[in-house]
Amino acid sequence: MKWDISHVNEWKSEDFPRAAVIPESGNSNDYNVGGWRSERPYRNDEVCTQCLLCWIFCPDTAVVLDGEKVVDFDYDHCKGCGICANECPTNPKFGKSAIEMVPEGCELPGVK
Amino acid sequence: MPTQKTVATTGNFLVAEAMRQCAPDVMAAYPITPQTTIVEEFAKFVAQGRVHTEYVTVESEHSAMSACVGASAAGARVMTATSSQGLALMWEELYIAAGMRLPIVMANANRALSAPINIHCDHSDVMGARDAGWIMLFAETAQEAYDNTIISVRIAEHSEVLLPVMTCLDGFITTHSIDRAETMDDESVAAFVGEYHPTYPLLDTANPASHGNFSGLGGPYFEFKKQQRVAIDASMKVVKEVGAEFAGLSGRPFDVVEGWGMEDADIAIVVIGSTAGNARHVARQLRAQGVKAGVLKVRVFRPFPATELAAALRGVKAIAVLDRAESLGAEGGPLFLEVRSALYDLEERIPVVNYIYGLGGSDVRLELMERVYSDLSDIAAGATAPFGLTYLGTR
Repeated sequence: MKWDISHVNEWKSEDFPRAAVIPESGNSNDYNVGGWRSERPYRNDEVCTQCLLCWIFCPDTAVVLDGEKVVDFDYDHCKGCGICANECPTNPKFGKSAIEMVPEGCELPGVK
Repeated sequence: MPTQKTVATTGNFLVAEAMRQCAPDVMAAYPITPQTTIVEEFAKFVAQGRVHTEYVTVESEHSAMSACVGASAAGARVMTATSSQGLALMWEELYIAAGMRLPIVMANANRALSAPINIHCDHSDVMGARDAGWIMLFAETAQEAYDNTIISVRIAEHSEVLLPVMTCLDGFITTHSIDRAETMDDESVAAFVGEYHPTYPLLDTANPASHGNFSGLGGPYFEFKKQQRVAIDASMKVVKEVGAEFAGLSGRPFDVVEGWGMEDADIAIVVIGSTAGNARHVARQLRAQGVKAGVLKVRVFRPFPATELAAALRGVKAIAVLDRAESLGAEGGPLFLEVRSALYDLEERIPVVNYIYGLGGSDVRLELMERVYSDLSDIAAGATAPFGLTYLGTR
């Protein structure tokens, strides 16, 4: 069933599905939870080996792929849990891992 | 018409028998006095293969109701039973079951709450759950406990209701005393309750749905509570319809309030549960002496039958409300508060007095009922009604 919630703010009590049941799967994508985040993951593309462990371990769907390559984070759904940074393996060539957690609102490393 | 069999057995065995006949898919329960023989007998039915139920032995009542919530959301017909501290331990899940609109049917053997520790009958446990959003039926006798259980399934699962139902019987007095009762044949009960067709079962993987969701920060929690209020108010119609249908089938009366001698009563006792029998016995004796005594038994407590109660009590000169539970610090017991409120809109102003009786299984002797009627006769004759509540039968 397709559930149209585009007018949810105008719904009256009787318009909501009984008991807050969500009669459709996958629509958490429509719900922005990025506002909870106090730290955000930053990925250094030069250091990244594209092992995709971050994509596998992300408990939400916040690691964005293009084909089989990590290209970005979806900051509407990333809650800043840091699991991606924790799982990101050290690249021996650089002696560090590609993902680090940085405080929200700070300047990103290497970004002016 | 159904085939009925006369049996001599306890209220608990009759509840277990009714549950077997209603064939729940899941029962998750934890034993507690005086409910134990319900779940014990039901476990025996499962072991004997007489019912297909998945019986979940849990480690507490908190887990029992949690398992019931999960199973009901999955789409199962679910039942359980508890009492006293067990019901108290279920407190948070009671609200969750009602808020998730899950038609779970639960028997409760009415028993006092600690402290001091006490295993005997009163209504402290269930009255503590009266605002949880459950429909609540009370039995006077083992027969009513059997009938109420079957009726509860139909009410709970009705598409316009979808609320959990608590079917309450008095601990030991009704749960353990051997009483005469009639049971229906399995086929008639099965036909009466019908099959349960859940609306959004979790196990329907072709149509995934999500239950027990967060209503959002500043989200529509208030709107969902209004849905519950609308549903439990509307359930009164269904309770009456289902009760009338069962009465037609069984030949036994069912009403949300049941009166004895109320047609012309001058004085009346309003009471819940097994004590209605004591009150009726004394009222009958008083009638023989020319005193117009009546008894009004509340069989359905939630939704509260305020209109029906006010209609039945119109014209009475003095009313006593008997509470087998305290609402400590309130103006009276839970039933008293509701009854007096129900009478407020009547044009006539009827004196209503409150008696707290039988706490912790304290004996409800006939002379106590005689005393209540005697007080009522005095009030009806013009004596000033005592202010506040009276403890009936304490030392």
